[in-house]
Amino acid sequence: MLKIKQYIKAESLAQAYELNQKRNNRIIGGMLWLKMSNAQVQTAIDLSGLGLDRIEETEEECRIGCMVTLRELEMNQSLERLSGGIVRESVKNIVGVQFRNLATVGGSLFGRFGFSDVLTCFLAMDTYVELYQGGIIPLEEFAERKRDNDILVKVIVKKTPGKYVYLSHRNTKTDFPVLTAAVSCVYKNGGQEPCKQRNHKSADFECKDKQKMGYDIKVVVGARPAKAICLRVSEEWSDKLENRVCQTAEIEKLARELAEQVQTGTNMRAGAAYRSHLAEVLIKRGLLKIYGDIQGIGGDRHAD
Amino acid sequence: MQISLVLNGKKITEEITPDLLLIDFLRNHGCYSVKRGCETSNCGLCTVFLDKKPVLSCSVLTARTDGHAIDTLEGLQDEAKEFGAFIADQGAEQCGFCNPGMIMNAIALFRENADPTDEEIKEYLAGNLCRCSGYEGQLRGIRAFLEYKRQGGASCRQ
Ligand SMILES: Cc1cc2nc3c(=O)[nH]c(=O)nc-3n(C[C@H](O)[C@H](O)[C@H](O)COP(=O)(O)OP(=O)(O)OC[C@H]3O[C@@H](n4cnc5c(N)ncnc54)[C@H](O)[C@@H]3O)c2cc1C
Ligand code: FES
Ligand code: FES
Repeated sequence: MLKIKQYIKAESLAQAYELNQKRNNRIIGGMLWLKMSNAQVQTAIDLSGLGLDRIEETEEECRIGCMVTLRELEMNQSLERLSGGIVRESVKNIVGVQFRNLATVGGSLFGRFGFSDVLTCFLAMDTYVELYQGGIIPLEEFAERKRDNDILVKVIVKKTPGKYVYLSHRNTKTDFPVLTAAVSCVYKNGGQEPCKQRNHKSADFECKDKQKMGYDIKVVVGARPAKAICLRVSEEWSDKLENRVCQTAEIEKLARELAEQVQTGTNMRAGAAYRSHLAEVLIKRGLLKIYGDIQGIGGDRHAD
Repeated sequence: MQISLVLNGKKITEEITPDLLLIDFLRNHGCYSVKRGCETSNCGLCTVFLDKKPVLSCSVLTARTDGHAIDTLEGLQDEAKEFGAFIADQGAEQCGFCNPGMIMNAIALFRENADPTDEEIKEYLAGNLCRCSGYEGQLRGIRAFLEYKRQGGASCRQ
């Protein structure tokens, strides 16, 4: 059972950071994960009084405070637009509404949990984390780092025009996922180069003037059951996709190639072989959907 | 440490231990509708409202609720009675253990979305586990209640 000796509602991030340097002190996000442990916490550090429970939208990005709950992510219209719906899709199966009203985005990403739907989804987007001491770094770099005593202050998602897909497989509703997968397709350089005719800066993905800029296609696979990994689709393949000359069989081949790079393991939810098979299926569905979107015809997510 | 909160409309100021869970605080204050099912944040039985949003009281520190408002089923008697009758009419439950959590979360759903589809109902209530029924009776009860509300809250119950 989780034991806590002292509870401090931090008055500043500096105070929270200092307190967090002691080995037996802990930041409290939603506390849902912490509560599953038998930790003997000397001081629980509550960040809820620091205004970090807001999502701010600027022209370039969405800035999400670490105390924003998963339910708020799910209901936020800016994120819905920016992510093409995958933020909502990725969290909607996490236990229930009451749970998601408590679990925080900060706790979810700081934990870098293997099973995480949240990590898989944000890795697929152009995401950065703002650390109190460590500054702003790409989420992908943060995910690979070892845990330390820094504070995750904000999650920053760039409004990079793109197409996104999120898929997960669960043995039963509301359970941890057996496998998660996300695919993103964005213009090279984040689509920031202005297109000549219309002088768009970060115009939407459909802008015809950008069609020959090239795509960056990323595939993220999580709950392997190890932590999510990011795979890049080669330039040769993304050129093919961009030029719309792919047959379904070729996309299947690409999915197989990518799935072969995903190391899977066994736990009580599924075996490694089953997960490897699922990886291929989910990657294929994701790529087909993205390809359909590129062609403007809408892919069939459930096509096997 | 000292906290002040509003429980079912009444202000309470009290000394608590830092790791006192909200569920225990509430039961100490006579809110016995709030029950432990799993205590692993999975079953929804301990659902209460924190500033009008449904949360799991087994997973919140009472300290976090300092300065906030908590509502339990005891504070929502009229709404609960009106809706609960539709669940009873369907014979939806067997042991009834899941009922308080289910009613709380259904009320949260109705307040957020007065006209939900079946899919929306299932999604919203997915975190409320019932180990006796197959959820069909509850779904029928909710549909009947929504229909009753659509008709202006009269007659069609019988
Ligand atoms: C029963 C159960 C089922 C779940 N199912 C799923 C699922 O299906 N899919 C999924 O993706 N996730 C799932 N999760 C994980 C959940 O969604 C959250 O990611 C998890 O609970 C952590 O979020 P939290 O806010 O509760 O963090 P906490 O438990 O409060 O914190 C987690 C850790 O991060 C630290 N921390 C918290 N916030 C910060 C911060 N801002 N800066 C630095 N450190 C911080 C804490 O000290 C702690 O060590 C599940 C969790 C539980 C308990
Ligand atoms: S007792 Fe709180 S979710 Fe089960
Ligand atoms: S009726 Fe028994 S748990 Fe729901």
